Amino acid sequence: MVKLDFTIGDLHFKNPVLTASGTFGYGQEFDDFIDVSRLGGIIVKGITLEPRDGNAYPRMAETPSGMLNSVGLQNKGIDYFEKTIYPVISNYGTNVIVNINGNSIDDYVALAERINLLDKIPAIELNISCPNVKMGGMVFGTNPDSTRKITRAVRAVYSKKLIVKLSPNVTNIVDFARIVEEEGADSISLINTILGMAVDVRNMKPSLSTITGGLSGPAIKPVAVRMVWQVASAVSVPVIGIGGIMNSDDAIEFILAGASAIQVGTASFIDPQISIKILEGIDNYLINKGLSDIREIVGYINK
Amino acid sequence: MTKRIESIRIIKNTRLNKDFFILELSGNGKIPEMKPGQFVQVRVDGSPGTFLRRPISIHDVNYGQNTFRLLIQVAGKGTETLSKLDKGDFLNVIYPLGNSFSLPHKNQRSLLVGGGCGVAPLLFLGKYLTSNGFTPDVLLGFRTAERIIEFSEYREIGRVFLTTEDGSQGEKGIITDHPVLSSERYDMIYCCGPDLMMRNIAKYCRKNDINCEVSIENLMGCGIGVCLCCVIDTVRGNLCTCVDGPVFNINDLKW
Repeated sequence: MVKLDFTIGDLHFKNPVLTASGTFGYGQEFDDFIDVSRLGGIIVKGITLEPRDGNAYPRMAETPSGMLNSVGLQNKGIDYFEKTIYPVISNYGTNVIVNINGNSIDDYVALAERINLLDKIPAIELNISCPNVKMGGMVFGTNPDSTRKITRAVRAVYSKKLIVKLSPNVTNIVDFARIVEEEGADSISLINTILGMAVDVRNMKPSLSTITGGLSGPAIKPVAVRMVWQVASAVSVPVIGIGGIMNSDDAIEFILAGASAIQVGTASFIDPQISIKILEGIDNYLINKGLSDIREIVGYINK
Repeated sequence: MTKRIESIRIIKNTRLNKDFFILELSGNGKIPEMKPGQFVQVRVDGSPGTFLRRPISIHDVNYGQNTFRLLIQVAGKGTETLSKLDKGDFLNVIYPLGNSFSLPHKNQRSLLVGGGCGVAPLLFLGKYLTSNGFTPDVLLGFRTAERIIEFSEYREIGRVFLTTEDGSQGEKGIITDHPVLSSERYDMIYCCGPDLMMRNIAKYCRKNDINCEVSIENLMGCGIGVCLCCVIDTVRGNLCTCVDGPVFNINDLKW
């Protein structure tokens, strides 16, 4: 038996395969395809205090080895989440983590306080890196002072595990990682999408209604691996790698670079079973290498 | 209805003309129950620039032979690659996806309106209506006579009215110009085609107090309601074309 588990403090995950916010709905959408309880955890679609209708269509553009999106955090708000979604997902048999967003520090704090009361949610992912909202989101995550303030404020009201999701759209990602660690983050996830843009040549117009959007998919993987390696080398909290993971080798690349766990994102759009295939692939890799514990390869390239 | 992901065998690829082809697929086991209006998310292998799956309407289902057909328009590199698939090749599909057209009330008269590639989901719908005891009429619109597809197939459903923009066959003009829309009285119109055509039909239906369902073709990411990319602005806010649609009653749309 290969040991695949990892922990964030005293929070135990049965394996390192999680699903990225905004690519896995609330999990139920995948019930026809996989046994969601086999995953290490799921990070549900980003939520906000108030319902949000998101940005106008078109919100998506296919690009070489990836896609741009500008969904804009469409969701039904925390009230709906508590009443309708929470009762369903709280018995999933895996860690359900909520990705939280807001227009202001007060929004984030209010949301964190609400979710702190939900027994079956063991962690939040603080999203200060959404590139598709005018206020909040990436505005916080690309400014060191705001990053510090918001992490500190949320930490003060949230008693369970706090994961901070970093934006890659900064000059030095390590500065941001150090700030959130100093302010009490229990884990760091990265990267969110990279700000990008596409123009529809046939119609001579931007491909997205918002003109710019977030790039995801294999196109961003080398950037993500580099940033994960930089951050994992600089902080002592567990790092969760995200960015263009399409198969188990991609996932292992992140782990060898220093990630304790990974999130599968855009790949789930193309293959709704890919998260489980990646889990099985990691297991096989360790067996083939004659290893018994995934910890042996976390950050291996630095050893 | 349970969704599946599987690689299934192509038993025929029929080229209809320069732009259209039909893939006929055979289930591994028994094909699932499908409803008219639903679609399939097709993975495009061997096309490096094609990252996402392509949503394709279910054109026709034959439960007896355990086969179904997809009518596909060559619109870019992805569909170009699909057009080259051959008998014996496998196609990875997620299906059946989306909602479906609703049946008319008893004794109601219905009309199927399709333009260009929009004729794709209407054959399955037409056969479904016929098997449920309805006798729908069909109104099809194409740019030119050379672009007409599946005409004889639709003749098996009921009366078929035709327009071409250049008048090379049928009535000259766009679909909403066809005299059948003023000479006949329908209770229900089902429409699929270019955006402008569907908006014109919706306008006509509102004016004449006719119930109308349209099938929306938006750019899609996942097809299962998680990426929230294919939304359409409705009276209930942004809804996903892939799970809340692709079929919408025009009363729900802000057209």
